[in-house]
Amino acid sequence: MKTILDVQDLSVSFDVYGGVVQAVRGVSFSVKEGEAVAIVGESGSGKSVTAQTIMRLIATPPGKINRGSIVFDGQDLLSLSEKEMQKVRGNKIGMIFQDPMTSLNPTMTVGKQIMEGLMKHQRLSRSAAKKRAIELLSMVGIPHAESRISQYPHHFSGGMRQRVVIAIALACNPALLIADEPTTALDVTIQAQILRLMKDLQQQTKTSIILITHDLGIVADMCDRVIVMYAGQIVETGTKREIFRNPQHPYTKGLLNSLPRLDQAKDEPLVPIYGTPPDLIKPPQGCGFCSRCDEAMRICETDVPEMTAISDTQTVRCWLQHVRARPTEMDSGKGASA
Amino acid sequence: MIRYILNKFIFMFLSLFVLVTATFALMNAVPGSPLQSEKATTEQIQKNMEAYYGLDKPLIQQYGLYLKKLAQFDLGISMKKRFQSVNKMISQSFGYSLRLGIVSIITSVLAGCVLGIIAAMYHRKFLDNLAMVIAVIGLAIPSMVMAPLLQYLFSVKLRMFPVTGLKEPLAYVLPTIALSSVSIAFIARLIRATMIEVLHADFIKTAKAKGLGGHLIVWRHALRNSMLPVVTYLGYLAANVITGSVIIEQIFAIPGMGKFFVQCVIDRDYPLIMGTTIFYAVLLIATRFLADIAYVLVDPRIRISAGKVGG
Repeated sequence: MKTILDVQDLSVSFDVYGGVVQAVRGVSFSVKEGEAVAIVGESGSGKSVTAQTIMRLIATPPGKINRGSIVFDGQDLLSLSEKEMQKVRGNKIGMIFQDPMTSLNPTMTVGKQIMEGLMKHQRLSRSAAKKRAIELLSMVGIPHAESRISQYPHHFSGGMRQRVVIAIALACNPALLIADEPTTALDVTIQAQILRLMKDLQQQTKTSIILITHDLGIVADMCDRVIVMYAGQIVETGTKREIFRNPQHPYTKGLLNSLPRLDQAKDEPLVPIYGTPPDLIKPPQGCGFCSRCDEAMRICETDVPEMTAISDTQTVRCWLQHVRARPTEMDSGKGASA
Repeated sequence: MIRYILNKFIFMFLSLFVLVTATFALMNAVPGSPLQSEKATTEQIQKNMEAYYGLDKPLIQQYGLYLKKLAQFDLGISMKKRFQSVNKMISQSFGYSLRLGIVSIITSVLAGCVLGIIAAMYHRKFLDNLAMVIAVIGLAIPSMVMAPLLQYLFSVKLRMFPVTGLKEPLAYVLPTIALSSVSIAFIARLIRATMIEVLHADFIKTAKAKGLGGHLIVWRHALRNSMLPVVTYLGYLAANVITGSVIIEQIFAIPGMGKFFVQCVIDRDYPLIMGTTIFYAVLLIATRFLADIAYVLVDPRIRISAGKVGG
């Protein structure tokens, strides 16, 4: 399948009062046509910044894109002018935000908010745009779309508003949909509904999805491939099955251990990951996770591990899995001493 | 909505009644009388004049009579300008104040909004600082300093505008600037503060993600959400400005209403005091009422239910 998005060596930093935060440090990944990729990680791991950089939505200054390229559909988004970028946003790439309560304009009818993008990108007339907006609203499962289109966001519940946000994002049939924690602000039953909707829509429209979340349960439900981020770097990538069944990075293992399981004894406590992520104003010299890692070695403090391929689809950034750390290599007497 | 308006009207009527009563009481509590003058008059003349104006009757009866005439929209006859009815005095002078006031409100809102929007869009950059310096100057220089300065510079030295009067359109320029400088500055700061907040809101990010351009976002998404505090201020501003400013009208020799407010109290011109106070109160109440209605137009989340404006 064709690659729709290819991010290479992306580095983003922010000037803040205390110094420069290295929010994203050399992130590379790609998304294929029709694929759903999850980016998981805790707060501050750089996943939202990565997403907003793809849309070029971070404010510069204080933000700064230091290195890298973002090739979408054959063009490098980082080299586009703001005007050209506006033709990509909402047209070829749609975005869903975290909090549906605040991400709609309270003084504008939902219909107008959906129509705006259509009228700009597809040059639809007012009446054509309205017709399409009604279609979109019924597509995202809002009943009585013809009458609800002239209502304001405060007439909608949280879940319904998120449906409107999804309708806005999908209005122009984008090739890529970036969903930045789309269900975090919703309660669990509504979460399930919204995820079901997104999954159905993806199957209908064949849109690629980047789903940003810290909820692994959602990942299992939605995505084909998983990217785990920590301290501004990708620490592990793999198919859904590989990440859940055969996690390699201690951080990924820690994330999975901190989830409750149905087959777990009731009195068995969850295992948290102790400690806090490093301060990215002074990024650690070695592996970002080593201060919290039970298996850390001396080399972890001084050198950043490279990405190591475990299989065709799974890669991990950890010294434990490094070629030189593998038993076969060790037996032949080459590695381990490093 | 209709119940809301009806309710509001009853309250407006009641507050007006309280106001009339309070003014009447206070006015009579002030020592002195409209009939005192430097000219020596005999006791008989004094008595005749008191009888003529009804001042010889007990206070409560005077009050009753006044209310009765007020109900017929008759504000009485001035005691200083003989044979001039207060109704006529107000209607003759109010036109000037109203015209200047409306021009000045429009100027305040337009200039204030433009300055505020520019400041917010270029937050912490040169244009922001420039706009805020202009705003601070507007706030800091009182109109009695601003007005003569403007006259000296633009009328006397540059001869661009007439010094006084309101006879031609150009004559409006200087009094309008002097009258609206404070409210321009106030509105600019108000808009800037709210808009900076609004521009950081999530829905602005949604609008950007739709691919809209910066100016369109400010116009269509940010401005309306920043207007609410301005609407609140407008109600107050309108009543204040259209009844005329004593200082500005004096300096520019405009025959507006402003002068009555001070002069009638000094003269103890009872009907004129009552008349101007009531007139001002009615305007104030009416503009507040209009501001309430305007809220609903600006922000659809505010819905009017019986008795109150609720969120």
